[in-house]
Amino acid sequence: MDNNIAVSLRHITKAFGSKVVANKDVSMDIHEGEILALLGENGSGKTTLMNMLSGIYRQDSGQIYVHGSEVHITSPKDAYDLGIGMIHQHFKLVDVFTATENVALGMDKKTTGSYKDLTKAITEICDRYGFDIDPKQKVYNMTVSQKQTLEIVKTLYRGANILILDEPTAVLTPQETDKLFAVLRNMKADGKSIIIITHKLNEVLAISDRVAILRKGEYIGDVLTSEATVQSLTEMMVGQKVELDIERPEVEDKQLRLTVDHLTCLDKYGVTALDDVSLEAYGGEILGIAGISGSGQKQLLEAIAGLQAAEAGASIQYINPDTGKREELIGKSVTQIKKLGVALSFVPEDRLGMGLVGAMGMADNMMLRSYKKGRSMFTDRKAPRELALKVKEELEVVTPGIQTPVRRLSGGNVQKVLVGREIASDPTVLMAAYAVRGLDINTSYTIYHLLNEEKKKGTAVIYVGEDLDVLLALCDRIAVLCDGKLNGIVDGRTATKEEVGELMTHLKGKEATA
Amino acid sequence: MIAAFIHRAVMQGVPLLFGATGEIVTEKSGNLNLGIPGVMYVGGISGVIGAFLYENSLADKSQANGFLAIMIPLVCCLLGSLLMGLIYSFLTTTLRANQNVTGLAITTFGVGLGNFFGGSLIKIVGADVPSITLSTTSKFFSASLPFADNLGWFGEIFLSYGFLAYLAVVIAIVTSLFLKKTRTGLNLRAVGENPATADAGGISVTKYKYLATCIGSMIAGMGGLYYVMDYVSGVWSNDGFGDRGWLAIALVIFTVWKPNFAIIGSILFGGLYIVHNYLNQFFPAIPVNMSTQELIKMAPYVVTVLVLIINSMRKKRENQPPEALGLPYFREDR
Repeated sequence: MDNNIAVSLRHITKAFGSKVVANKDVSMDIHEGEILALLGENGSGKTTLMNMLSGIYRQDSGQIYVHGSEVHITSPKDAYDLGIGMIHQHFKLVDVFTATENVALGMDKKTTGSYKDLTKAITEICDRYGFDIDPKQKVYNMTVSQKQTLEIVKTLYRGANILILDEPTAVLTPQETDKLFAVLRNMKADGKSIIIITHKLNEVLAISDRVAILRKGEYIGDVLTSEATVQSLTEMMVGQKVELDIERPEVEDKQLRLTVDHLTCLDKYGVTALDDVSLEAYGGEILGIAGISGSGQKQLLEAIAGLQAAEAGASIQYINPDTGKREELIGKSVTQIKKLGVALSFVPEDRLGMGLVGAMGMADNMMLRSYKKGRSMFTDRKAPRELALKVKEELEVVTPGIQTPVRRLSGGNVQKVLVGREIASDPTVLMAAYAVRGLDINTSYTIYHLLNEEKKKGTAVIYVGEDLDVLLALCDRIAVLCDGKLNGIVDGRTATKEEVGELMTHLKGKEATA
Repeated sequence: MIAAFIHRAVMQGVPLLFGATGEIVTEKSGNLNLGIPGVMYVGGISGVIGAFLYENSLADKSQANGFLAIMIPLVCCLLGSLLMGLIYSFLTTTLRANQNVTGLAITTFGVGLGNFFGGSLIKIVGADVPSITLSTTSKFFSASLPFADNLGWFGEIFLSYGFLAYLAVVIAIVTSLFLKKTRTGLNLRAVGENPATADAGGISVTKYKYLATCIGSMIAGMGGLYYVMDYVSGVWSNDGFGDRGWLAIALVIFTVWKPNFAIIGSILFGGLYIVHNYLNQFFPAIPVNMSTQELIKMAPYVVTVLVLIINSMRKKRENQPPEALGLPYFREDR
């Protein structure tokens, strides 16, 4: 076997239950000192494959070789001992511990020395790569980016020379992403092997040396990044040509549906998260909300949905499409808002935390929206079941059955269930936050299409997105939030990416905002 | 009189302290062992069996060897409670059964087991009263320092207890230091907070859960031993242990999972548990009869509820229960 090869996977197969095969006869190599992008659609088995390398899962059959010799990775500890470290999408950190304590986890004093030595070592790693971490800070006080940095520091401290990052940029701002990439390049220069799991093709092209592609659990092949294009990668990934243009249908009759006036909200720590925001949403248009994560998007949507308290002086009014009557939404409970005939649908950021019940199947999750309908003493189980089947079919949800707990589905499939249900409730105002987060291109397009269908029906769609290209292609207007303030509203047809990017990062002067 | 009250409060508190310390160790691993009352009960009866066998093997009870009289019941107690901890761990960690259901089953099972053996022993002895007395071994358990009586109130409050009472305090302090200062303690807390993280960090979740639950059970079991061998002077009667096991679990919440707080907390709980006997002496004006004293006995639970409310309102992350408490862990679950 080639000396240059760090890890070899041979004929790896892994199945969950009897129906879902996550990986089928996958063979691939990871070289030393390269950045390998692992690309594939949702549910194509990327994370599962890497989890076998990091000891979370055990393959049903097949062999793993590290530096030429066969290894049996039965636990994450085995993986660490082999120098394999994985940074998971859901961070593996203990919230009530400090950064140092998290690094110390599972290591004995002989190897790490005292906490003081450990803190020093962490500071050294931080200095070397330009990380910004306070070793004494508690994890629950950290931002997402800091948590990710801590994860990387932890892995580096443990001497990993094969790093696996599962969608590391999904939670980062563009600046943070650049920083991360710089670090990854430094580590590559150190001779470390890096595997990055991602959906974002432009990032694949920007950072990786080689791209390996998985499709439906099978290994399709690899290409050198220098020889790849967005088009060629997409083709390998989905196996069919994907229409890259997002349509933006024109709707003639736009009606005012929702007005937000002087909305100020506090986050859970009492810090102002949304500062004096005023905007309007029309039926028949898609209003995009742009902003680096944590700029108040969540508070804005939750305030409209009745989940977030607004400070005094704010007003959110809903204009009834049938009567033209204005209804004040602030002060009303979620149920009251519903009873008034105001149909707000909400795709929460955390798909399993707020939107779905993990232990219930698709059909029962559909029922969460409809169980109060009808007068019968018993709930109607037929309609939700049919809806579940419809969503499964139309959005191509990969699941053994509609009664399988959604917790067992992969992230992308969970999201499809959630979005499908929200749109099916036929709302007049549809709010979707990060509706395509973690979704592959095909599914994302299905979702954009569904949003456009809603728009054509006269629904006011509010779409909070991360990808600027998508926002610019999909939305009629884009409201840009910066640091909790509304920093400007631009026309999606004429605005440039630079314009929006600048609005996201540089707060305009008070006089200019008006 | 106040010294006497404190003395009794401490005596009441010691079983609670053992129970609470054991349960804290267990809960820090994420196992909510509601079987603690059963474990303590079994700990008590195992000690009784050991003591009974030892006393019966003696031709002349005045010749009893102090070392053996203590070690035999103690080892029996530890083995008995270890067995209960093993059953709980096997069911919840290996088979991933529901922790609450398993815990309640262990309590019911433990109390039944204790009563079965207790009843059998009473029958073997053929006693007139439904109890069995093991005063010879008990004497060694309750022996306090000989000069304690000469030191007035100081001796009564601080020096007048059997060795298990001091052991309880030592174990609580050691446990507290263990959780706060050692790497193993850090790992244990990580298992209870976020087992997936601990697992990814190379910590054997199963091993920690088993060890914490079994060691916790053994500590708790000593509470039962103290109760029967010292507090009631070696007189076992079925169901005599009362609701002390539940009180120990309440104490865990009261002390926000901190064994060093449990030392003071157990004395407070012990005091609240028996204060109805002293109200007549302290405040003759307040009438206390059979029915009102039951009301006063609720005090520890009321205090626990108050602590729960205050803690929830303060929202301090460090004072919350371990995050994964009561949840089974399976690596491949997603």
